[in-house]
Amino acid sequence: MVTALLDKESTEQISQTAVPLKMDNILKVNNLEIFYGEKRAVNGISMDIEKNSVTALIGPSGCGKSTFLRSINRMNDLIPGARAEGEIIYEDLNILSEQINVVALRKEIGMVFQKPNPFPKSIYENITHALKFSGTKKKSILDDIVQESLEKAALWEEVKDRIHKSALSLSGGQQQRLCIARTIAMKPTVMLLDEPSSALDPISNAKVEELIVELKKDYSIIIVTHNMQQASRISDKTAFFLNGDLVEYDFTGKIFTNPSVKKTEEYISGRFG
Amino acid sequence: MNSKTADRLATGVFVAIAIIIISILVGLFSFILVNGFKHISFEFLTTPSSNVMAGGGIRDQLFNSFYVLFITMLITVPLGLGGGIYMAEYAKPGKVTDIIRSCIEVLASLPSIVIGMFGLLMFVNLTGWGYTILGGALALTVFNLPVLVRVSEDAIRAVPRDLKEASLALGITHWHTIKTIIIPSAFPSILTGAILAAGRVFGEAAALLFTAGLSTPRLDYTNWNPFSEQSPLNIFRPAETLAVHIWSVNTQGLIPDVEEVSNGSAAVLVISVLICNLLARWIGSMIHKKITATK
Repeated sequence: MVTALLDKESTEQISQTAVPLKMDNILKVNNLEIFYGEKRAVNGISMDIEKNSVTALIGPSGCGKSTFLRSINRMNDLIPGARAEGEIIYEDLNILSEQINVVALRKEIGMVFQKPNPFPKSIYENITHALKFSGTKKKSILDDIVQESLEKAALWEEVKDRIHKSALSLSGGQQQRLCIARTIAMKPTVMLLDEPSSALDPISNAKVEELIVELKKDYSIIIVTHNMQQASRISDKTAFFLNGDLVEYDFTGKIFTNPSVKKTEEYISGRFG
Repeated sequence: MNSKTADRLATGVFVAIAIIIISILVGLFSFILVNGFKHISFEFLTTPSSNVMAGGGIRDQLFNSFYVLFITMLITVPLGLGGGIYMAEYAKPGKVTDIIRSCIEVLASLPSIVIGMFGLLMFVNLTGWGYTILGGALALTVFNLPVLVRVSEDAIRAVPRDLKEASLALGITHWHTIKTIIIPSAFPSILTGAILAAGRVFGEAAALLFTAGLSTPRLDYTNWNPFSEQSPLNIFRPAETLAVHIWSVNTQGLIPDVEEVSNGSAAVLVISVLICNLLARWIGSMIHKKITATK
């Protein structure tokens, strides 16, 4: 798997700088800086992301948390003028390296966006679209994966009679769970969630939260959220961002009850942001 | 004047403008159809035109119009779509891209007679083909292509960025995303653009005068060999289209029934464009429903 991420066979060159990971960390961020043109959006942050846990990123709008999240699966490559310096180590490789095969990387590090964005295709095709592209062609296998991932996303019961209908006929909450199902179907190791329930009603939100807690058995989850309750309910560790800096990163219980930095406390108690 | 009156006034003005546009359209259509419809008969559509005698039809012109349209679209659609994809997805923003875009806009607004003269130089004289269907189709391509590039680019840009990101985030390559997500989403707008372009091509006369010519050889519709002189499918034969025919019988026609022929031809031209549009839209919406799984 590790070498599949490399465009060229140059493992040696990249992994020189890599610090061996402890078993329980899936990602290691070293002094990461992200720029949009001249403007620096993330100022040299370092943090370890634990395996099979939920890590919440909180902070006011424009603090760099979404930018950081999008750099983990290189979605910032799409933005003209965006560049990242430093390291994000995944499986002993710096995923910010030029030599990383971005397409293979995104299969392992999946992403769910703020606004539900199902393809204007059938529910079934939404899930099989990427699978077919990566070589799973047999119908019986595809059928199984579709059912399995819809079940995992707690959507199967609601849609099993109409999986060949358009995904746009689903409600917002169902669409978002379909987007999660579609990401699960690729069997990633890390799932990045960018405010996945901010556009949803409270009931759909609760369902998505339940789902996230369920998913951490199999995946490492990083979630950006503006909702303090959500962060405290579902995450194991919480990172507080402010103006591109990582202000505090600790166990969620500690952050929400006894933060060590004053700014964190002020933000959590709603005094700014 | 208070805001309520202003609002009513604005509504009134826009309704008036709409009425003017619709009445011009209806007036023009009914004039053409009323004058032309009585001359349209099965015989009119199926007999070849005559140079001197009354009673000639438009069989070859009608076929030529559709055939030139078909060849033109065959060249233009892949090139235009490709150009649109390049401009929307691959071209890096900057001076060069801006220059390319301005060139496309200038090209789209060139008068068709100028393109006709250019076609005469390029596709008739320089190539030594003489007046040919291919030369006509290439000349039409010159003024059709920029429109299609522009339309495709706009249609592709209008696809929500969310969809593109969703596909890329699933580990799908850029090209596969374009092919399976972006183009299908942009399809209705691209189709509309292609239909408008096709309408322009179908009714174009000036660009074809000097490229496809004013005459048609004697055609044998049972001869399907595209290399034969008499075959209607031969792309290296001269071909007078319906629009050119209307112009030529009116300016240099020797036949006594000039008015009947040109009115009839005009009506056939308009009806053909209309049928083509409706058909293309119908087929397009079928395809769109199929790929988006909507009913």
